[in-house]
Amino acid sequence: MIDYCWLVPFLPLLGFLLNGLLGKNIGKKLAGWVGCGSVFLSFLVALKIFSELLSYPASERFFQKTLFTWVVSGNFNINIGFQIDPLSTVMMLVVSGVGFVIHLYSVGYMGKDPGYFRYFSFLNLFVFSMLTLVMADNFLLLYLGWEGVGLCSYLLIGFWYEKRSAADAGKKAFITTRIGDLGFALGIILLFWTFGNLNYTQVFSQAPSVLSHGGALITAITLLLFLGAVGKSAQIPLYVWLPDAMEGPSPVSALIHAATMVTAGVYVVARCHVLYELAPLSMGIVAVIGAATAIYAASIALVQNDIKRILAYSTISQLGYMFLACGVGAFACGIFHLFTHAFFKALLFLGAGAVMHALSGELDLRKMGDLKRYLPVTFWCFLAGVLAISGIPFFSGFFSKDEILWKAFSSPHGGFLLWLIGFITAGMTAFYMFRLFCSIFLGKSRVEEKVKPHIHEAPKSMTIPMIVLAILSVIGGWIGIPHVLGGKEHFGKFLSVVFEKGPETHGIIHSAKAESLLMILSVLVVLIGIAVAYLFYISRPQLPKNLAEKYKGPYKVLLNKYYVDEFYNKAIVGPFINLALWFWKFIDVAIIDGFANGSAYILGWISGVARKVQTGYVRNYALSLLLGAVVILAYFVLR
Amino acid sequence: MVPLSYYLFLSGLIFSIGVLGFLIRRNLLVMFMCIELMLNGVNLFLVTFAKKFSSLDGQIFVFLIMTVAAAEAAVGLAIIIAFFRNKKSANVDDLNLMKW
Repeated sequence: MIDYCWLVPFLPLLGFLLNGLLGKNIGKKLAGWVGCGSVFLSFLVALKIFSELLSYPASERFFQKTLFTWVVSGNFNINIGFQIDPLSTVMMLVVSGVGFVIHLYSVGYMGKDPGYFRYFSFLNLFVFSMLTLVMADNFLLLYLGWEGVGLCSYLLIGFWYEKRSAADAGKKAFITTRIGDLGFALGIILLFWTFGNLNYTQVFSQAPSVLSHGGALITAITLLLFLGAVGKSAQIPLYVWLPDAMEGPSPVSALIHAATMVTAGVYVVARCHVLYELAPLSMGIVAVIGAATAIYAASIALVQNDIKRILAYSTISQLGYMFLACGVGAFACGIFHLFTHAFFKALLFLGAGAVMHALSGELDLRKMGDLKRYLPVTFWCFLAGVLAISGIPFFSGFFSKDEILWKAFSSPHGGFLLWLIGFITAGMTAFYMFRLFCSIFLGKSRVEEKVKPHIHEAPKSMTIPMIVLAILSVIGGWIGIPHVLGGKEHFGKFLSVVFEKGPETHGIIHSAKAESLLMILSVLVVLIGIAVAYLFYISRPQLPKNLAEKYKGPYKVLLNKYYVDEFYNKAIVGPFINLALWFWKFIDVAIIDGFANGSAYILGWISGVARKVQTGYVRNYALSLLLGAVVILAYFVLR
Repeated sequence: MVPLSYYLFLSGLIFSIGVLGFLIRRNLLVMFMCIELMLNGVNLFLVTFAKKFSSLDGQIFVFLIMTVAAAEAAVGLAIIIAFFRNKKSANVDDLNLMKW
């Protein structure tokens, strides 16, 4: 089946073409089947590839399949080719598996939408782009998927384009990630300039000999690639698009946040780990940006009132964790967190969608409460997701997050400060997730009277995907239980072929005692976070209000997301709009149009003079004929 | 024997009369006759030199020109008649639509 790995991205592409070209004619039911079926088949193929990969010994789990040559120019050769190794297989499984569940949910969620076909074709294109991205065996094909993902995020965030805010959010996502993409493209060009080649195998095998360790060139390359990752994975300072991406349909948010798009950045950093390990400075920057983003986004999430926005900030924060892991050299941990995060974040967004569905589109958690009675299935699923993301022991998020914290502490690239930031963030995460959970499902009902009679549990096509994801959120982490807890770390071992370290493994702290101590500490901080949330939002609901009154300044800053959007608008967007206006009014209208219109005007004037020759009198023509003949004759005679 | 220059002078004169008449006169028919004059002036010229150099080329050219002139006369007169029917005039200055 590995020979047929091209089927994995090809099937969703086929689904996209079918739905995109024929969607209107084949009817909603078939369109839904095509949309879900293509991704499901692709998931099955990925599963088969995974099982075949397992049958090989660990060191031989590496395949490259070339479909055909894409670009040839002199010595430069780019193939459409796919690389199958543990890393790309994990990503394939996450993308197609979680993607399929989200497709299934969409059947129910988008059932009444007139743009049903368009929706499914975009969704399939999204999955196709992401699969191309993770399976590519060279940087150019990766870039193709990278841009495809950006395009699809634009199309899907602005899916309800007749709504002004949705169209704006789509543009914002596209333009913000574009800034990162520019860096990414420059990074790839630099790679090409250095190696004359863009294939992973060649670049990675030559990198240690061609580039000096910690040199300026490798630092530039890795930082530029990281800039692209920052844009796609919504890290400081380019995270602003992700919260606004909530304007799209809920399943799209789930897809963007869990399976596709934002994980692309983490994947790229992990894929290029050979390069990053050569550039300690870049590693440090990745770790610091990751940690800073984690705590920064978590602090915003503390006070937001829009449920999807809270989830969006929590995604940014969790992505920060992943980058923190990559930055301290624990790439496998970053991917492990990506893996578990995909389950519970998709689940939480689908749950939020179900809540919205029940409350006729209400998103403000101040107008919810006591929904447990009406939405039992959503309640239990959501609980599983919340427990997983908070890091309650034996739920999936616990293992991945704790491993990251431990690596942040013990790795030679890490340190106490990075660990402390991650540690505090863990407490904040538990707090805001339980704030969200308690406000939606527990406490007194604050639902508006006119909405109340319509509250209903979601249909089966929506609850079943949630149940599947809930189960995965609970058990998904068990494949990576660390040694300290008596586990075998299958996940890390599986990926270790890809991430086998170079010479510098020294400096890592090996201490089961320290690891268990940190684990206990982080569980404690999580429990404290949950307890505070319970105190604030269940037992003493007056407390948060009083606190907000007391610390009005900080509260306002957090509520307005540190005024970053306002700052960007003033400092960057405004000047750029002015610059664009100047280009339009001056360069375009005055100079370029001036040239075009001016040359036409001058020609018109010349011909206006010249046409006077045409008098219409035969005599004049005859005279000029005669004069011409005389002149020619005179020339020959007098020569 | 009439000297050669007489012939040449006569042919130049006929040609020049044709040219001047074509430029000066307004009547279409007269202008048409002037064209014939020019053609015949050239014909005389050709015949003269054909005789002088005892070559048949010039003679053949004359026949060619006469054929063309006959055809041209037929077409030209037809155009003039058509024009006259339209404008009730044979003045060439009324034939000035083709201008700026």
